[in-house]
Amino acid sequence: MQPLLKISGLMKSFGGVNATDDVNLEVKKQELHAIIGPNGAGKTTLISQLCGTLKPDAGTIEFEGRNITTIPAYKRAGLGITRSFQITSLLLAMPVLNNVALAVQARDSHSFRFIRAAHKISRIRDAALAALEQVGLQNRASDNTATLSHGEHRQLEIAVALASNAQLMLLDEPMAGLGPNESEKMIELLRELKGTHTILLIEHDMDAVFALADRISVLVYGKIIATGTPDEIRSNDAVRHAYLGEE
Amino acid sequence: MGTMSRKSLVTLFVLAALAILPPIFLWAGNAFYLDLATRLVILAIAAVSLNLILGYGGMASFGHAAFIGIGAYAVGIPAYHNTYGEFDLVASYNGMFQIFLAVGITAVFALITGVICLRTKGVYFIMITMAFAQMVFFMFVSLEVYGGDDGLVIDTRSEFPLINLDNPLHLYFLSFGSLVAAMLIVRTITRSQFGMVLQGSMGNDERLVSLGYNTFAYKLTAYVISGAMCGYAGALLGNFTTFISPEMMGWTRSGELMFMVILGGAGSTIGPVIGSALFVLVEELFSSYTIYWHLPFGIMLLAVVLFLRRGLLGVISGSGKNEGH
Repeated sequence: MQPLLKISGLMKSFGGVNATDDVNLEVKKQELHAIIGPNGAGKTTLISQLCGTLKPDAGTIEFEGRNITTIPAYKRAGLGITRSFQITSLLLAMPVLNNVALAVQARDSHSFRFIRAAHKISRIRDAALAALEQVGLQNRASDNTATLSHGEHRQLEIAVALASNAQLMLLDEPMAGLGPNESEKMIELLRELKGTHTILLIEHDMDAVFALADRISVLVYGKIIATGTPDEIRSNDAVRHAYLGEE
Repeated sequence: MGTMSRKSLVTLFVLAALAILPPIFLWAGNAFYLDLATRLVILAIAAVSLNLILGYGGMASFGHAAFIGIGAYAVGIPAYHNTYGEFDLVASYNGMFQIFLAVGITAVFALITGVICLRTKGVYFIMITMAFAQMVFFMFVSLEVYGGDDGLVIDTRSEFPLINLDNPLHLYFLSFGSLVAAMLIVRTITRSQFGMVLQGSMGNDERLVSLGYNTFAYKLTAYVISGAMCGYAGALLGNFTTFISPEMMGWTRSGELMFMVILGGAGSTIGPVIGSALFVLVEELFSSYTIYWHLPFGIMLLAVVLFLRRGLLGVISGSGKNEGH
């Protein structure tokens, strides 16, 4: 089967640092593929190239067999790639619902519509509320986004990704900064999404990664040193040596 | 809910005062106050137009006076040629035609400059919008035909069916009606799907791009609408002063417009109107006492920026600390 996402020979360097060094990676449909790696391994750089905010120096990115390497960021979302942000980057001045409604509106059609009040369009409103309900934030819909807790912000990030109805979700450290209880909730949430969505998960939380991932790739100094099932990764010598820090 | 209705009350109160007081002044024999109100209302239209991009799109244009100037010359130049001949293509006293010119040319000017300005952000955006406005300023300074920096007298005001702009009351109510229309347009746009995207891009542009919005196109559209609306205000201002000069589009005027928006409350429909009312009234009051009338303005602006996040409207409607919608 053709992979949903295929990355070949991707290179990106900043000055003398190779943040992405000949990365080859395939993400199959419906799988949850995790990328792990120590700090500074180039995980976020990789995501940024996938969603188009950074241009690779060399290599290709294919999505559904189509070369998207040079397609601008806003068009990639239209093709079905969405991302969540490592550092919460929500619209804090807006109500919670609007954050999600903007995602719905984006996939709905163009938004050069000037007359009708956005909050009165029930098609968009309902879809946004449904996404909020899926992550358990339906009671917070009309609250100001700035008043939500950090954990709720992470949940809202997921709701936004859900509402954009993407085929491929790039989740950049959804567990970052969550307490044990909140992490538990987030893992549960991602488990539900798994199977209905293709997810490329970048995460530091090893418990979460090994509990959720179908396959794991290990990124060290911009290079992928191993890809395999959680069991394979756990027993891979190179990984243990380079990343898990075991002798 | 409470703040919302209070905000609507403020809006109604301000608009009612603007509808009722100026004619009363005129009938009471104080034509001067009608003049003041006309200037106030026309500047308010310009401030409302700036607010669309500044208050809802985060684009701090420091060049909006250029649109006023172009709009005013779009009245002055056709009138000039209709009186003194030459350039038959545009020579006309017809108000519809002049307004069409004012709105059309400012829209095209906004489109061209916007494509360049909107590639930048923050301070660079401020500087580049100002630079374009200064270019227009010096272009008109160098146009000797139209008086250069001495300016141009409009000896015949725009002609419309049914209304006569030589009648101050007609001019006032045309301007006031236009202000209400401008407010309704901005209110409708900012609540629409387009407005959501615009406000979203102000909050976090990268997020909107990752959702699939070409935010550049949305911001450019808002910039063009804002510029055209400001050009319309310029056409009215030309008819009001009947004397136009490059000074109308100096960078200080751009700064004053920004001042009005921030003073009154950016990101609300009535805020810029309150700001321009206060500006015009305080200017009138202080300039009769001292030539240093800019000083109290400076202090006022500092106080507003430091202590009132939502401008004066925030104080009146009690939403000073919230991002009320």
